[in-house]
Order: sequence, then structure tokens, then C-alpha cells
Amino acid sequence: MINYLYPDYEIVRDPSKCIACRVCERQCANEAHSFDEEAGCMVADSSRCVNCHRCVSLCPTRALKIVKSDHTFKQNANWTGDRITEIYKQASTGGVLLSSMGNPNAFPIYFDKILINASQVTNPSIDPLREPMETKTFLGKKTGEIRRDEKGRILPYTEPQIELSVPIMFSAMSYGSISYNAHESLARAAQELGILYNTGEGGLHEDFRQYGANTIVQVASGRFGVYKDYLEAGAAIEIKMGQGAKPGIGGHLPGTKIVGDISKTRMIPEGSDAISPAPHHDIYSIEDLRQLVFSLKEASEYKKPVIVKIAAVHNVAAIASGVARSGADIIAIDGFRGGTGAAPTRIRDNVGIPIELALASVDSRLREEGIRDNVSIVVGGSIRSSADVVKAIALGADAVYIATAALLSLGCHLCRSCQSGKCNWGIATQRPELVKRLNPDIGSQRLVNLVTAWKHEIMEMMGGMGINSIEALKGNRLMLRGIGLNEKELEILGIKHAGE
Amino acid sequence: MKIHACDYTDFRELNQAVGESADETVVIDRCVGQRYIGCGISGKEIQITGTPGNALGAYLDGGTIRLKGNAQDATGDTMNDGKILIDGNSGDAAGYAMRGGKIFIRGDAGYRAGIHMKAYEDKIPVLVIGGKAGSFLGEYQAGGVIIVLGLGAEKTPVGNFCGTGMHGGKIFIRCKRLPHDLPPQVKARRASAEDLSSIEGILSEFCKEFSVSKKELENEHFYLLTPDSANPYKQLYVTN
Ligand code: SF4
Ligand code: SF4
Repeated sequence: MINYLYPDYEIVRDPSKCIACRVCERQCANEAHSFDEEAGCMVADSSRCVNCHRCVSLCPTRALKIVKSDHTFKQNANWTGDRITEIYKQASTGGVLLSSMGNPNAFPIYFDKILINASQVTNPSIDPLREPMETKTFLGKKTGEIRRDEKGRILPYTEPQIELSVPIMFSAMSYGSISYNAHESLARAAQELGILYNTGEGGLHEDFRQYGANTIVQVASGRFGVYKDYLEAGAAIEIKMGQGAKPGIGGHLPGTKIVGDISKTRMIPEGSDAISPAPHHDIYSIEDLRQLVFSLKEASEYKKPVIVKIAAVHNVAAIASGVARSGADIIAIDGFRGGTGAAPTRIRDNVGIPIELALASVDSRLREEGIRDNVSIVVGGSIRSSADVVKAIALGADAVYIATAALLSLGCHLCRSCQSGKCNWGIATQRPELVKRLNPDIGSQRLVNLVTAWKHEIMEMMGGMGINSIEALKGNRLMLRGIGLNEKELEILGIKHAGE
Repeated sequence: MKIHACDYTDFRELNQAVGESADETVVIDRCVGQRYIGCGISGKEIQITGTPGNALGAYLDGGTIRLKGNAQDATGDTMNDGKILIDGNSGDAAGYAMRGGKIFIRGDAGYRAGIHMKAYEDKIPVLVIGGKAGSFLGEYQAGGVIIVLGLGAEKTPVGNFCGTGMHGGKIFIRCKRLPHDLPPQVKARRASAEDLSSIEGILSEFCKEFSVSKKELENEHFYLLTPDSANPYKQLYVTN
């Protein structure tokens, strides 16, 4: 069979600028560039290019660009080029289509249809540069229970909490799916920022134990690297029930990636597939979830909050209501645009719901049921800017998780080829020569820069609303208005339309 | 130290008492379903009579738990080291994702025993079931050794879907006939003398702990189940 597919992107080299220094050739792990000895010039094979811009960024004479190919099938609004090519790929291999990073399709982005309020005249705005402004937040149960000693004096008592200097955390990415240097960057930045990063389900590398106070350790169905010390190593424990990019689908790190340190950290033999099926096969009910929550609490002596992470799916509010009664301290909800190191394309692009709607309905449901204080809510699944953070908090979140944004600040160019393990930016790869391209000194600094900049912006937006504490923004949906949304959408989001 | 489990209705208080005891041996009698006993501990011997609740010895990191009675679900969940001896039956998901140590069950085990069992460096977990095992035995098994002795069983002593998703480790079943529905990626053969000598020590230990005559084991042959690949998903995908 003829299998050639014209590439989506073309490498364009300006021969008048190219000095044949061969930097692009050395930089491209996909081997798209080479030097043609006979012709004495650089040549490119666009079919190998994943459009990661590594060569473009490093070319000393700015001779390169990547352009979207204008090669096209006959225009067809139904059978688009993507659909046709996917059929060819499957017909020639019999394989399940595998993609990475978040859902790229044109579904509505509700954050972009929500506008933030500001004060005018009557309720003065606050200048964050001049006046105190609190972005610190605590995650965990806010118990209303008052404990007294035998003399009736109130005993100070709180459930374990996570303290965050700003309501942003780095969400779960396992060592294995991303590199050692990427993990180090996240861990160091979290420490410097006074926030937390998340190990993902791949265990905790020994070298990163020193960042324990800023670490969330994750427990997934495969239980990789989970043992007593691991559970005690972090500031919180997260049970992964689901992931926004692939709700209902498990994780699977191929044996080819289980080498050296990865096998050590996951505590499985080298070369063996690391399979985390979608269900925990000991959890079939909220009662069962409660059992895992409490076994983790028992093992960590009730010192750490337990987070239950679920994907935003159709019945998310009812599910969250169950989770809030399971003994969990925090619910993390991951929207359908959340990223992934690898997920079946069909799942990534068609399963789950937007985080904005999920968050609003969960927050409302828990309030209605009087159990909102049982848990904190953390949301992720494409928080792209400080404005998204402010909107999420006003919709009812206690904090947000970011991952794609964090990777972008480490150099990711969203080429969506993480599954290949050949990330030219040293992030989604384990090849030493690629990993070393990401310098953790620089990486952590860039993450600190990003979150610090967002923090300033959050304070400015809060100040503009006349709010001087993030706690006062939480669930404050009056600060939001919808634009171009229908009544049902406004009802679910619990906000008014702009102009109302 | 001796603890009357009936004095503590709440598992948290009971486990705190166990944790706070400086004694190496803690005896818990008349256990009435308290969960998480021995969760994450190491270096102690806990002797229990009665019926402990779910997640007995979860994340166990060493030491011994001896139970005279039946265990419920999730015994030894994700255990790393140590030994759990159950002189009775066990509920579902015994030894879920265990990575080290030993679980011996004198009687029968419920569904999903030994699922996600792993092995790591010098750690090879062992799960021995004296009687029968329920369905999904060794599902997703990635390492370690599961042995089902079928003592007193008339038919093949495992349920349906044995070894589904198995990609490492070994399952020994003492039986006349193999389960009828073994998945295609599982290879089964009569255990050779060499195979049997690799579990000889484990069997002797089991027999000794529960006063089972080793001779009795010899009157039936063992089958050995192993996966044909450590990478069951290799061919499944095409990059998009
Ligand atoms: S894959 Fe990246 S480095 Fe290689 S040619 Fe394409 S843009 Fe350049
Ligand atoms: S992490 Fe690397 S491979 Fe993945 S999308 Fe970003 S640049 Fe591409």
C-alpha cells in the first residue's frame, strides 16, 4: 500500500541566511535536518518535523521558520484533512490513535466568555503596590467543630492544611512522563514560591525528598513507588481517580521508558510496562474510596490532607458530593482540556466537560448540601493566565493546578509529541542528551517568574474589584459576568450576563 | 501488651494504642471489624484473634501480623515488607499491589487476590492461598509469586479471568485441570522439578506455620502460569 502523507508543517530555510553551521541538525532529535555533502547545503525532511521550534529558536542566523502546509485535500467541511489522515493511519497499522497534551479542538472556552468586575466611585479600588493584599490561602477541611477541654476551654484544633502563598500549584506530572530536570525545576520553584508541586504517579526520586514540604505525593491504581516513607515524604497525598485528558482511561508508561532511575522511583523492574488501569480495582463505591482515604490517613498518622483527584465528567457534581463525604480533605477536578503525556486521541478529544462548568456545578452542589467546608476545591485542565485563576476562584475554587502553563515556561512549544519521548526541549524525554538541555537553575527561575507575575496580576485584578484578600474573592460570583452565553450556560455558571 | 479490641469501637483509637505501645509483641483479642490494623507499621508482631476490618496491614513495612480468624478486604494493600499470616479465609483484593513481604492465607481468598502485584530489586512478594481463590486472581500482575494450593478443593481452585493483564511474575496452581478461560497472553505448563524447587522454601514455611502436612501437597501436581510479554500494550498504538 502507498502510505505517504504530506506533512502538516513545512520547514522553510532561507538559503541566503543559512551558513550551514549544522546547529539545527544537532538540535533535532527527530532528525529532520541534515547536511547534503554533495550539494554543500542543509536540507530538511519536513515529514519528520513535529513543529517544536527548537531549530527555529536556536538557528544563529534566524534562517528557519516552520509554516503550516498549504497542501490540502479537496475542501470538505465534514471530511476534514485530519479525519482523512487519521483513517489512513489506522488503516495501515490497526492502531489506536495516540496523542499528547490537551484537547486542541475548538470547543467553547468559558473563561474567555466571562468578564471580571471592577469598582468605580462607590466602592473604591485598592492599589496593591501601596496597600496590603493577601493572596495566601489554606487548603483542607474547614471544620466547624469546636473542641473543649474538661474545663470548657476551647482547644485549638484544625484539620491538616496546605498553606499556599498564592492559590496556584503545579499539577501531577510523573517522573517518567517528564524528565529529571523538569521535576527538579518544578520542585525548586515550588519551594521558592511557597507553593506545591505534584509527583504524579511515578514515585518520588530520592534527590527530591528535600522538597518534601512543597510536594504532593500521588497514589494511583498501579501504586507505583508507594510505600510508607513515600506517604510521609510530602505535604499532602493525592489519590488519582481520574485525569481530565483521559477520563475513564488509565495510565500506561511503556517498558521502553522504564529504565534506570525511573524503574527505581516507580519500584518496578526495568523494561516492564507500568500499567495503571482506570479503576482502582479496590474502589467501586464512595465507601471503598473512604477506605483508601483512611488507610492513607492511618499510614501518615492523620498529619496530611488527602486530595482526591477526579476528571470533570457529566455527573461531576454528584461524584464530588460523594467525594466530599469520603473523608477526603481536598477535591481536585481536572477539566477536559487538561494535558497528558499520552492519551488515546478519541478519549482526549471527546470525553469530559469544561472545567468552568464542572467547577461551578460542584461548588453550587456542595453549598446546597451544606458540605462545602468539608473540602477545598482545586481545579485544573487549562488554566492559561492569571485571569483564568481569578475567574476560577470567583466561581468557587480554593486554588488552581497548572501544568501546561508550567511546561510552557520551561520551554515547551506545545508540539504535542510528548508520547514519542524525543522532546527537543528536554521536558518529555529521558534521553540524557535531551534532558540536559533543560537547565534546572533557569527552569526553576522561569517558573518562579511566571507565578510571581501572575500573583501581581491577581493582586491588581483583586485591587480593581476592591477586594484585598483572596478569601473574599472565593465563590464571589457577583464579580463575574458572562458574555455571549445562553441562559442555560449562565445558570450553570451561576453568573449574570454582562449588562445585567 | 494486650489489647481488648472491644474496648475500642473506633479503629483510630485502637490503632493509636497499637502504635504507641513500646512492646514488640502486641496482642489484640476479640477483634470486631476495626480497620487498618498494622497499617504502615514495621518491627512489631501483632497477634489478632477475632475479625479485623478492611486494609489489615496496608502499606506494611516489616514485622509480622498473625491472625486467628478471617480477614476482610484489602489485606496487605501495597505492602512493602513483612509477613501477614491468616489462619482463616480472606476477603477481596488481598495483597493488592504488594511489592515485598509475604501473605499466607490458610483458607480461601476472595476476588482479585494478588492483583497489581509487583517485584522490585531484591523484593519478591509472595502470596500463598491454602484453599481456593476467587475470580481475577493476579490481574495485572507485574511480578512476585502467587501460589494457590487448593487444599480441600474439589475443582480447579481459582475463579474466572485468572491472570488477566498479567505481565510479570508467576502463578502456581495446584490442580488437576487448568482454568478454562486463561487469557491468551498467559502461558501455562506443568511446573517442573526446577520450578517447584524455587518455591520449596515457601511451601515448607506455609506448612509449618499452619501445621499442614507437606506430603499432602505432593499428591497433586502444580501448574505454572507466566505471561508471554512484559509489554502487553506495545503494538496497540499509532502516533497521531
Ligand atoms: S522537530 Fe523541531 S527541531 Fe526538528 S525540524 Fe521540526 S521544529 Fe526543527
Ligand atoms: S513537552 Fe516537549 S514534546 Fe511535549 S508538547 Fe512540549 S515541547 Fe512538545
